Amino acid sequence: MAEIRNYTLNFGPQHPAAHGVLRLILEMDGEVVQRADPHIGLLHRGTEKLAERRAFNQNIGYLTRMDYVSMVANEHPYVLAVERLLGIEPPLRAQYIRVMFDEISRILNHLFFLGTHGLDLGAMTMFLYTFREREDLFDCYEAVSGARMHTHYYRPGGVYRDLPDQMPQHQLSPWTSQKDIDRLNANRGGSLLDFLWDFTERFPACVDEYETLLTENRIWKQRTVGIAVVSPERAVQLGFTGAMLRGSGVEWDLRKKQPYAVYDRLDFDIPVGINGDCYDRYLVRVEELRQSNRIIRQCIDWLRRNPGPVMVDDRKVAPPTREAMKQDMESLIHHFKLFSEGYSVPEGEIYVAVEHPKGEMGVYLISDGANKPYRFRTRTAGFAHLAAMNELVRGHMLSDVVSVVGTIDIVFGEIDR
Amino acid sequence: MSNLILVIWTIIKIMMVMVPLLLSVAWLPYAERKIIGYMQIRIGPNRVGPRGWLQPIADAMKLMFKEITVPASANKVLFLLSPVLCIAAALGAWAVIPFSDALVLSNCNVGLLYVLAISSMGVYGIIIAGWASNSKYSFLGSMRSTAQMVAYEISMGFALVGVVVGAGSLNLGSIVHAQQGGLFHWFWFPMLPLLVIYFISAVAETNRAPFDVTEGESEIVAGFHLEYSGMSFAVFFLAEYANMILVSMLASLLFLGGWLSPFEGVPILGEPSIFWLLLKVSFFLLLYLWFRATFPRYRYDQIMRLGWKVFIPITIAWLLLIGALVVTGWAWWNV
Repeated sequence: MAEIRNYTLNFGPQHPAAHGVLRLILEMDGEVVQRADPHIGLLHRGTEKLAERRAFNQNIGYLTRMDYVSMVANEHPYVLAVERLLGIEPPLRAQYIRVMFDEISRILNHLFFLGTHGLDLGAMTMFLYTFREREDLFDCYEAVSGARMHTHYYRPGGVYRDLPDQMPQHQLSPWTSQKDIDRLNANRGGSLLDFLWDFTERFPACVDEYETLLTENRIWKQRTVGIAVVSPERAVQLGFTGAMLRGSGVEWDLRKKQPYAVYDRLDFDIPVGINGDCYDRYLVRVEELRQSNRIIRQCIDWLRRNPGPVMVDDRKVAPPTREAMKQDMESLIHHFKLFSEGYSVPEGEIYVAVEHPKGEMGVYLISDGANKPYRFRTRTAGFAHLAAMNELVRGHMLSDVVSVVGTIDIVFGEIDR
Repeated sequence: MSNLILVIWTIIKIMMVMVPLLLSVAWLPYAERKIIGYMQIRIGPNRVGPRGWLQPIADAMKLMFKEITVPASANKVLFLLSPVLCIAAALGAWAVIPFSDALVLSNCNVGLLYVLAISSMGVYGIIIAGWASNSKYSFLGSMRSTAQMVAYEISMGFALVGVVVGAGSLNLGSIVHAQQGGLFHWFWFPMLPLLVIYFISAVAETNRAPFDVTEGESEIVAGFHLEYSGMSFAVFFLAEYANMILVSMLASLLFLGGWLSPFEGVPILGEPSIFWLLLKVSFFLLLYLWFRATFPRYRYDQIMRLGWKVFIPITIAWLLLIGALVVTGWAWWNV
């Protein structure tokens, strides 16, 4: 009788469910996975090394591109780290804006998770439904920063500029009719905050819509319940953070445990799972969508009532206004120095972590007193999650690998950096 | 001479079935893209021709001009043979399908048996395709397909046995005649569980969502037809859609009274007509598309469990019930 051997299967990097450039070497026994060996590095861009050669403000753009699904939230730990080394505190309004945009990117990220997780498991329609809502949030990104994805919006000392009073309008083009334009512009009459408020009014109903398609769907439950179960102890040992940890029932959220920005002034809940399987992690993320929506509403409410500066009044860190530069020598010099040399940060080292949509994202910064970091290192959640891949998929079937890749919410920008 | 005329006449008759069939096979993907597009709040194809109506022609042109690549380590003969097997099975079964009392290519007495026999040939095309491609993904796809087909042929077969018992005939035309007498004489009513199981099995048979593990786009990329390109891929595609129409046609003939009108007895509207048949077929095809837009994909072992442990017991139980009704003479549809 012929000897029966396991065979290896290359899953990715060119694979529809590889979420970018995941390369998994699967050792298979029939349909059952015996061992999974994730390979990383196909999207390595050398962010950490590049950051050592650039002034502090120039590095923000690299951070934005780390996890390219929740763009603006990546900038938060870095600007916090620089601020703490500098010993400055951004104005309260800037902190509220940051929290609001962190939560917008949490919604963006979880919508992306929901859409791709659904697509991976065959629920193709989810993808298009969630991207409909993502489009509105991208418009918010665009309105404040000019870019739909890579915003470069947070700066040490505050945010780049205040929220616009007017939402950009859709323009008539040969490809759109006046009727479409009117429909698209219907909720863009007011400021960005009005547009966002309108979004938060609509959004819970949208989440209900996603849930009717998935939550009680028998096939969806069969594909996710009991898949990749992680016990709370093991989740902590593996270094899980974010929804991966909370899905296992560990109540750990940096927004509550180590509040930064203005999270201690806001009212929101932390959902936790019970069984620690793919289904619980899905439920946790869906509930986080609703909680983020709540946080955004509180931020909008506060921001409407409290106008004010959004950048520190320190010309060593923040650029002067254009008008001042035309008349004032000092301002011109400040402007020139800031955009050529940048600012120097006092000697020291610091680690700052925030609750990124995917988990704990930390920035470790050593400054030797120069205008650029001596060493810059990031801790991203996805790396630890991917490292547990073998443990998560062992003994499951090939189709479950796809569920696990989805539930980890993998984005290679942050893993390969 | 008379033989020659017979041959030509038969060929003409075959053409009269095949040409409309192939046209609908060509436009069904367009309908699918449009309908699923609207379900997914997008527009679907709208560039080629008015509202995209000429899209199938553009697709066909594109596929025809693409190179057919054969992988270096593939078995060339089998690789090129398998799409032919698939499409032959999918089209061959249409020989016995009646479209109305008189419109039938071959009024065969064992029509249903013939359809089942021919349509189970299709799986060989898939198995051979996966084997001949010499790719792990393709091979996994064809392995899954084999197991799935075996399981669902049985439940589908049992569901049809119920119809055969109820109608007392294997001839498709006679089965339709047996359902005469109005909406509640159609077999969907006494055999509702069989209809549901038949149609779900049919979706599984044709490897459509949510049972499309054979293709499993996000798992095994494209499954058995992963290595195929150009027309060799298109032939698989055509076979899949021809099969979809075939099983929808069977479902309408066997359970929804074929060309009989739901308003029997009413003048004009109550007349049996091919229009009713097409309407019923379109309804089942719409269900196909609706499933695809709504459901996630099953896992391969879950499909097996559903087939063996749920469907087959239910069909057997219902078969006994139908048999008992017929034997005791309580079968009201037979009068």
